[in-house]
Amino acid sequence: MNRTDGGRHGTTVNRTGKGGHAAAVKRRTRRLVGGLRIRLVVVFVAVALISAVTATALAYRDARTAVLQRTQNTAVNDLREQVAEVAADFDVPPDQRSLARFAAEVSEGIGARIVVARHQDLVAVSDSLADTESRITAELRAAVRAGDEARFQRVEWRGEPYLVVGMPVTYADGDRRTSGLEVFAITDLRAERDDTAALLDSVRAGIVPVVLLAAVLALLAAGTVLRPVRKLGRATRELAAGDLGSRTAVTGHDELADLARTFNETADALQASDAELREQEAKARRFVADVSHELRTPLAAMTMVATVLEEDADQLPPDAARAARTVGAETARLARLVEDLMEISRFDAKAVRLNAAETDLAETVRASLALRGWTGRVRTRLPEGVRAAVDRRRIDVIVANLVGNALRHGAPPVTVTLRTVRAADGEWVTLEVADHGPGLPPGARERVFDRFYKADESRTRGASDDSGQGSGLGTAIALENARLHGGTIDVAGGSQGGAVFTLRLPLRRTEEGME
Amino acid sequence: MPPTCISVPVRGGGTAVVAPIIERMPHVLLIEDDASVRDGMELVLRRHGYGVDTAATGEQALALLDGPGGGRVELAVLDLMLPGMDGFEVCRRIRARTTALPVIMLTARGDDHDIVTGLEAGADDYVVKPVTAPVLEARIRAALRRAEPSGQAPGASGQTPGAPADLAGLVIDRAGLTVTKHGVPVALPPTELRLLLELSASPCRVFSREQLLESVWDHSFLGDSRLVDAAVGRLRAKLEDVPAKPRYVQTVRGFGYRFGPL
Repeated sequence: MNRTDGGRHGTTVNRTGKGGHAAAVKRRTRRLVGGLRIRLVVVFVAVALISAVTATALAYRDARTAVLQRTQNTAVNDLREQVAEVAADFDVPPDQRSLARFAAEVSEGIGARIVVARHQDLVAVSDSLADTESRITAELRAAVRAGDEARFQRVEWRGEPYLVVGMPVTYADGDRRTSGLEVFAITDLRAERDDTAALLDSVRAGIVPVVLLAAVLALLAAGTVLRPVRKLGRATRELAAGDLGSRTAVTGHDELADLARTFNETADALQASDAELREQEAKARRFVADVSHELRTPLAAMTMVATVLEEDADQLPPDAARAARTVGAETARLARLVEDLMEISRFDAKAVRLNAAETDLAETVRASLALRGWTGRVRTRLPEGVRAAVDRRRIDVIVANLVGNALRHGAPPVTVTLRTVRAADGEWVTLEVADHGPGLPPGARERVFDRFYKADESRTRGASDDSGQGSGLGTAIALENARLHGGTIDVAGGSQGGAVFTLRLPLRRTEEGME
Repeated sequence: MPPTCISVPVRGGGTAVVAPIIERMPHVLLIEDDASVRDGMELVLRRHGYGVDTAATGEQALALLDGPGGGRVELAVLDLMLPGMDGFEVCRRIRARTTALPVIMLTARGDDHDIVTGLEAGADDYVVKPVTAPVLEARIRAALRRAEPSGQAPGASGQTPGAPADLAGLVIDRAGLTVTKHGVPVALPPTELRLLLELSASPCRVFSREQLLESVWDHSFLGDSRLVDAAVGRLRAKLEDVPAKPRYVQTVRGFGYRFGPL
């Protein structure tokens, strides 16, 4: 349980950070209190206790009743027989002496129990030292006097239980008249009480192991129920984390097995459709890559000879000259488009490699601008000494694209600013390219990095621009290049209008020193 | 970049007529399987005054080099994707025949593996298809310049040529452009020789890859630094006793390369 909780705990923290930690702890606490395991244990123990207590109570009551019944019957019968035997030689009315002898004889016959004999005002007790008055209640005496049957009553005297049996002595002949003689016998019930108490004691001693056993059984039952649930939970989490191959083992034929089977079927279906989608996507991408590749060979020939046409355009008739120049320019554009398509295909196929080396960024940006003849058209703020491990060629692609876009779509002045920024997540280099044009139309910011996305016509300043139109893939490729470095490109509106593109790269330096 | 041989684009003077050849123009071997690309390159190079031989396969090219006309070829432009024997193998075989012939590979951009393999096979430079005529021509000129025996040795300005320097057993004759190690001549292809001359001209000075690309390869910007790394690797294989622990051409991590200290 702890192990599972630990794993779950970790996952949550990873996914949601600090906020998730408290939530995970709270959830764990709630699960401990309201968990299936605890509930099962509580229910099992409660059932065991109720069963044990009920059974004990019933058994105790029956046993006690039976024991008392037997004791009472025995006591009544014993007394009756003994009285019948002794009373045969007894003369009524008795005197004190004969009454005492009578009580003593009866007592002797029934195992030395205390016997009290009464005749009107005369009272004789077999044990002269015993206190009998408080044990023989007035109620019993009245009942004995009124009836002609043996009566008994259980009384508590000085914390001990006693059975008091009383009976009137009747004449044996004819109408069974009462003789006025009453006999009471006091039987000690302590032995019986101890016997039944022993039953309770043994139940009390037995109930602890029974409850423990119930708890253990509950844990075992919870284990057998919870293990598949836990497995299913783990599989679900793996699936949610993107491992579509995650499955859970199906054992048995119960409801949990059904659930596990359903989960597996769902995961199968998900994996199948995911694979299908991926395959389709891969096919589409491969198609683009193949098409670009196939276009390249004829383009190579066209590109090579297009310069011949352009070189000789001056000697051609005007129409043919225009045609030659158009062929030259469009061939170059087509070549650029195919190159960009192939580049983006390589990113899609993850076939790109970062060829990073420590580089002076100011120098790189300046060289990129100079190479394209943009040095005079761009205001730069490029502090010296900013060195980072980057792929120079890819940085050039990014700079060319961002600055090219600003020159093509924005209005001057275009500014390029290099900075280093220390943030909570490390040191970063930012390169900000800002123009002062109309800025991006609403809704374009989110889409500006989409492939072949062209913002509103107002951002295009016409075909007179020397760099011509981009392939429509430039910003997408720039962003991919930035991501390859572990960076990003953000776009925002400038404070005085215009668009601001900011390249953010982690400031990583290679190890300096000697090999 | 200053032209050291005459290859001025022709303007005027009638239709596509090649300017009168003032200097003997270099002879280039094109090895390319696609007929249109081959014809296009031939057309462009001939227009700019080059002598051109063409081969559609590697086998043809090697046969041509071994044939009677093979001696006049001064540079090979080699497509890596060839039917039959591939470009890498052709490059290796050319290198096995002669160290003096510069080889420029034609490759698809982004096929990084091909580029590295090609450079390891001994190619001096590469261009990415589709290539424009001016770019191809500039690369050809630069490669030829490196191979020119009379060409100014890089870094020679501060040194007195003709006084071969003995650098711990390595004798570099800047005038004769020969290198011997412990008296044994070391045959170096033009690019590697120029690189060694450049580095050894200023022992212990650290050259960045960019500097070397500019001074040795004539790449003004954004040359591929792997060209330098590959050439250094080939150079070490020929010069160093233990190429993994170089004495002559040492790496300065994060900066570049230097000659020595010995």
